[in-house]
Amino acid sequence: MYVHEYQARSILSSRGVNVPRGEVASTPARAAEAFDRLACGRAVVKAQVHAGGRGKAGGIVLVAGRREAEQAARRLLGSTLVTSQTGPRGRPVEKVLVAEALDIRAEYYLSVSLDRTRACPVLVASSRGGVDIEELGRTEPGAIVTEYGNPFTGVEPFQARKVFDALGLDGALMGPMTGLIRTLGAAFIDLDCSLIELNPLARCADGQLAAADVKMSFDDSAIARHPEIADLRDPSQEDPRETEAARHDLSYVGLDGQIGCMVNGAGLAMATMDLLALHGGEPANFLDVGGNATAEKVAAAFRLISRDERVRAILVNIFGGIVRCDLIAEGILTAVREIDLAVPLVVRLEGTRAEEGRAALADSGLRILAADSFDGAARQAVEAARP
Amino acid sequence: MSILVDWATRVMVQGITGHAGSFHARQMLACGTQVVAGVTPGKGGTVFQAEGEGWGAKVPVFDTAADAVHETGANASAIFVPAASAADAILEAADAGAPLVVCITEGIPALDVARAKHTIGPRGVRLIGPNCPGVMTPGQSKVGIIPASITAPGRVGVVSRSGTLTYEAIWQLTGLGLGQSTAVGIGGDAIVGSSFTDILELFERDDATDAVVLIGEIGGSAEEDAARFIRERMTKPVVAFIAGRHAPPGKRMGHAGAIVAGSAGTADEKIRVLREAGVTIAENPAKIGERVRDVL
Repeated sequence: MYVHEYQARSILSSRGVNVPRGEVASTPARAAEAFDRLACGRAVVKAQVHAGGRGKAGGIVLVAGRREAEQAARRLLGSTLVTSQTGPRGRPVEKVLVAEALDIRAEYYLSVSLDRTRACPVLVASSRGGVDIEELGRTEPGAIVTEYGNPFTGVEPFQARKVFDALGLDGALMGPMTGLIRTLGAAFIDLDCSLIELNPLARCADGQLAAADVKMSFDDSAIARHPEIADLRDPSQEDPRETEAARHDLSYVGLDGQIGCMVNGAGLAMATMDLLALHGGEPANFLDVGGNATAEKVAAAFRLISRDERVRAILVNIFGGIVRCDLIAEGILTAVREIDLAVPLVVRLEGTRAEEGRAALADSGLRILAADSFDGAARQAVEAARP
Repeated sequence: MSILVDWATRVMVQGITGHAGSFHARQMLACGTQVVAGVTPGKGGTVFQAEGEGWGAKVPVFDTAADAVHETGANASAIFVPAASAADAILEAADAGAPLVVCITEGIPALDVARAKHTIGPRGVRLIGPNCPGVMTPGQSKVGIIPASITAPGRVGVVSRSGTLTYEAIWQLTGLGLGQSTAVGIGGDAIVGSSFTDILELFERDDATDAVVLIGEIGGSAEEDAARFIRERMTKPVVAFIAGRHAPPGKRMGHAGAIVAGSAGTADEKIRVLREAGVTIAENPAKIGERVRDVL
């Protein structure tokens, strides 16, 4: 789960991390007032969306006065920001952060994330802040410092000192920097984070370190034990179809193609999308009804897919391992009758009680294209979706 | 021979009285697995009864894994307890002395799994999963939820991050007359107990395995690590399918581990390095079985 920059700032600030003074505003007038209260010459007005790449997309504006702050906020608020990370539909801007512009002397990169292979938090740092860290990793791997922590305490003091040393910071910053690193490590563990990223971490003219930009995301599987984090969820930043799907315990990701997909199991669902693409089709969605799909979940999935206006055909691919295909067929028939389906439906049922399931579909009198193989099903769906 | 589980595997089921645990304990028994104990705190001393056509079984239930291992000699555990207490169940099984722990549970916090892995690893306990279909050696033993009806004994090893896609592959193999030595679902989470490389190493050493099917997906670098191992150490043919070529970046595709961050973890990159390592790539997920037939 992602949170906004202003929320991440506040989480870290409450743990003693130095962040630039700032306020969040949801109207241009409030943004102007926030500028006044900051009482500094220059400020940045930053669009609050759940995506990186805001600067290049025009979502961060440097302003030198109350009027400019108001204008920037007016332009951003209510707009849709499209960045390199949002996809073509972008994200709505409902809030801006107005923060003091720092007098920056040097920029660093600092993050904690989860290393999957070593099963521990990993600290990544660089004296080249404000960059795309993955790009830097490719072009100049030597500019990146990596230190593996542990999943119990986060980062040990000696590890923080190693990173400090590798960054070549002034000795006077030893205390603040190692303290900051350990704070991030501890927050990562305490809050079940997936990522904490300070990019850039600024060394200012007054010698202080300040987190000029903060990004945090959290492990979805652990959100239940952090109600204070769960409260920060912002549905405006999520695809409404995904929110609706989550209510029915379905896993859904909206895409831009024409073939609606309903599959049991995440791996098989991705493979089904791949097979459609291999045959020249484009999936409209990823939808996993779960390894233990029920007739009710199937019906909910159908309603969800059929609401997507781009969908010109639907492909159902169920491999009944534990689930029984005859029960799935029942769910399909209920849903098709209920929503009066207007687009062609291709169904492939395989595994436990598949024959009974196929027979039920064939006897229904409804126009359902029964596929006899995984490959054939994908071909039929691609064919059916052609305009 | 086979890997991880065989005739001699004595299984305890943690969470045997729950909905999933009781259903799958029956399924395991039905295909001939020695389910010797159940564990449900507070229900120690009761008996789990399973019956089916032509067979029946009474499995003693214990309050703790330690009791179960002590009383029955269980040497593997299948975990079906809810996500909030599943990591604790892993630690409990390892503490009791079970050398193989298979965790089926989905949705365990990643750091809980990381802590459990770091704790049990040094004791030599092998963890499979979590969020996996488990391990099955057809005709001998099943520790998990892979449907026995689609499997057949044979000489192809299967290792996968997925559930139903694994079943699809097994079913294709069985349909072509290619039985399986052992099928292992390593799990779809970001952090899992055993990697592709761990399992490939076992298959490479196993006399009963002639070829291996590897089913990977987007996210992480487990497939890249596997490619390195295959290039340097593997002599048996490997056929791979990587799911998620057409998944959008930055989105979690059902599995917590299936997410592409930046350019890392893309299907195309995984396919490239596997191919370079000499792996036969199945481009079409409906033809995984045929590609295996080709290499044998």
